[in-house]
Amino acid sequence: MNNLFTYTGSSSFTEFLNVHAPDLLPARAQAPAARVSDEIPHATTIVAATCAGGVVMAGDRRATSGNIISQRDIEKVFRTDDYSCMGIAGTASTGIEMARLYRVELEHYEKTEGRSLSTEGKANRLATMIRGNLPMAMQGLVVVPLFAAYDPATDAGRIFGYDVGGGPYEQRNYHAIGSGSIFARGSLKKLYREDASPEDTVKVCLNALYDAADDDSATGGPDVTRKIWPVIAVITADGFRRMPDAEVAELVQSMLDLRMTDPDGPTAPLR
Amino acid sequence: MSMPFGYASPEQIMRDRAEYARKGIARGRSVVVMQYADGILFVAPNPSKALHKISEIYDRIGFAAVGRYNEFESLRLAGIRYADINGYTFNRSDVTGRGLANLYAQQLGMIFTESIKSLEVEIVVAEVGDSPAEDQIYRLTFDGSVFDEQGMAVIGGQAEAVGGRLKERYRDNLPLPEALDAALAALTEPGGERPPAAQLEVAVLDRGREHRKFQRLTGPRLERLLEAAPPGGTPEGAAPAEEPEGEAPTGPPTGPDGDIDTGSAE
Repeated sequence: MNNLFTYTGSSSFTEFLNVHAPDLLPARAQAPAARVSDEIPHATTIVAATCAGGVVMAGDRRATSGNIISQRDIEKVFRTDDYSCMGIAGTASTGIEMARLYRVELEHYEKTEGRSLSTEGKANRLATMIRGNLPMAMQGLVVVPLFAAYDPATDAGRIFGYDVGGGPYEQRNYHAIGSGSIFARGSLKKLYREDASPEDTVKVCLNALYDAADDDSATGGPDVTRKIWPVIAVITADGFRRMPDAEVAELVQSMLDLRMTDPDGPTAPLR
Repeated sequence: MSMPFGYASPEQIMRDRAEYARKGIARGRSVVVMQYADGILFVAPNPSKALHKISEIYDRIGFAAVGRYNEFESLRLAGIRYADINGYTFNRSDVTGRGLANLYAQQLGMIFTESIKSLEVEIVVAEVGDSPAEDQIYRLTFDGSVFDEQGMAVIGGQAEAVGGRLKERYRDNLPLPEALDAALAALTEPGGERPPAAQLEVAVLDRGREHRKFQRLTGPRLERLLEAAPPGGTPEGAAPAEEPEGEAPTGPPTGPDGDIDTGSAE
């Protein structure tokens, strides 16, 4: 208890936990003796793209255990503070726990120091957490996040990718992670427009997710019968906003209407 | 029985420590914490933009302090650590103002009895609830006493005088500009000049906000609020204000100069 009052270390919550209650840190858990297989639920596809004055992140709602769909409505895009969010792909449980710790990490710094971390600082902090998970990743508990933030210093959205060893790798314009990312990236490449409005960029992301679900069995498309829609986060100077389901439903419906006549979706002009 | 050289009775020691702490706390300016229609308002005259007297602790919990900066700063940091650890271990909704107030009370009480010098601080822990009835304001004094305040609390400086002036103007469910006006009127000595926006530290715990309720009010937003307040007096618009004032069950805020459980009968 006394550490609470006498701790003089850095403003990092994770560092403090390391001293005060190391058992709470996910990275300290003992690595499993045997490699875990893909029977543990896996989160699949996340896409992100910058837009005029911000950034959009979208994630499908499926989690799979091998060939089984283990959850239809999992949420994989997390608000981490007022101006940033992260999406997770890979082992769902590890990813969710990491997102929870990361949120506290950012808030803890903000409250103790009286200012927010710089966008690079946030991205670096996440890299350290991924690297801490490396022993677990070697045993099959891989988690790879995607980080997106509005940077007040440049008044623009920024996207950072990672690998199992950490990172960060700043991405230009758009990026996708997870099992369907190859298809999503192909779709983004053709549909992305620089400085498009947030609304248009949301449509681009929805199409990219649809294309990923079209070709990747582990990515879930919009579930019209159960009314399960992708999670969409829009971050601008006004802060983080998760699009309400009703709004997403409307956009998805108009996309589906178009796909009824043109199943492959919108095409990019040749010239 | 002969006393050893240098002997001081426990009563004397406690009285001296309390006296010492009270003097230190009364030297500064007062801080006002009060309920308003949408949550809890914190107002502190503070020329510094960087060294805060008011701070966020957790989603629903705010902190205000007077006295020695280094001492209340370390309390503030400990509170943030306590809240973040509890929220991470259990759930964000499991962090309560009461738990934090108890933690502070233990620490303040322990230092008061065991150290040569007690902490020269007085703090407020406020938690905003889903409705005004669930709001909580705890005031803690240097000796670890906890007071569950109703509606408002004044700490530091001439707390009794400020509290008296605040009580005259306080109503339940005041809109924010009027609550701010009441707080400033209380903080200003009669006939004195109100501190300008640049000399004020103002924050709210707004129950209408998502996620984190704490928000600092600065710059143009604060200036607009100061202008929106009815100039120089009790709000005329508050017609039904008369009766709540009549019953006024809001207990008088006890200043550091008032009756404080010092652990010794005086």
